[in-house]
Amino acid sequence: MTNETTIAVTSDVELVGRAKKGNLDAFEALANRYEQRVYSLALRMLRQEQDAEDVTQQTFLSAMENLKGFRGEASFSTWVLRIASHAALKVIRKRKGLDTVSLEEATEEEDSYGSIPHPEYIADWRQSPEELVRKNEIQRLLEDALAKLDEKHRLVFLLRDVEGLSVKEAAEALGLSEGNTKVRLLRARLQLREELTRTLGDPERRVVRTHRDH
Amino acid sequence: MKCAELLATLNEYVDGTVDPAICEVFEKHMAGCNPCQVVVDNIRKTITLYRDGRPYQLPVECRQRLHSALRERWKETHLTGGPAPA
Repeated sequence: MTNETTIAVTSDVELVGRAKKGNLDAFEALANRYEQRVYSLALRMLRQEQDAEDVTQQTFLSAMENLKGFRGEASFSTWVLRIASHAALKVIRKRKGLDTVSLEEATEEEDSYGSIPHPEYIADWRQSPEELVRKNEIQRLLEDALAKLDEKHRLVFLLRDVEGLSVKEAAEALGLSEGNTKVRLLRARLQLREELTRTLGDPERRVVRTHRDH
Repeated sequence: MKCAELLATLNEYVDGTVDPAICEVFEKHMAGCNPCQVVVDNIRKTITLYRDGRPYQLPVECRQRLHSALRERWKETHLTGGPAPA
């Protein structure tokens, strides 16, 4: 087995251990494993390529500097995604001219279940997700729908549903309460459902509510 | 349970973290409410599509810049015992 093949099958925990002992190849292998995800998350959060590259670089430099302090309570991927979220949030705050103000503060009150919009276009989809992901054009539709979300809803959805963090981990990464995170996640999921169903739903199998609330 | 109440517990239901007693009420409502059934199915598919979608590709030049930056910083911190003086 070549060195590269050995590294490819080595677990994150093992690579972290080797990197902590001073093995640069091990750290670069970890970067190779997660750089696409970090870049993707940053680009979807920030929608600007240069900022996404900067955040990716800052993330791995920061991971390198803080590796000794990484105790493995969360997985390496979750830890790195959390660092990336913090770095991307800094960019967002800078863009908004906010230095220390939490993203939560100004929006806290509207994050309740009371005003959740009801689904409007309800229809079974023409194809299964498995069939759809094989098609190239679906990716554009997914990115466009994501771009239409409010930033605060998009960030939560990205961490929870795209990157697979738990609600608690996503809340911590974004500096939000779990309650707010859940409401924002619900809004994001419902809005994306609405957008996607308008394109992917079968008009002949559209379901119309007979009354609003029963 | 009304449709609006179902919406409020939708996250927990699709994530499989709903309290079993609420889950039963949720499913009872869905059994008699086709729109809610379809919405739940749409939501599950939406999440699956995003979860299984492709990440953006990190452009080759960005990747090269990233790795040179990592190697440089590594040298500074591992060969001299700390960051190089300014």
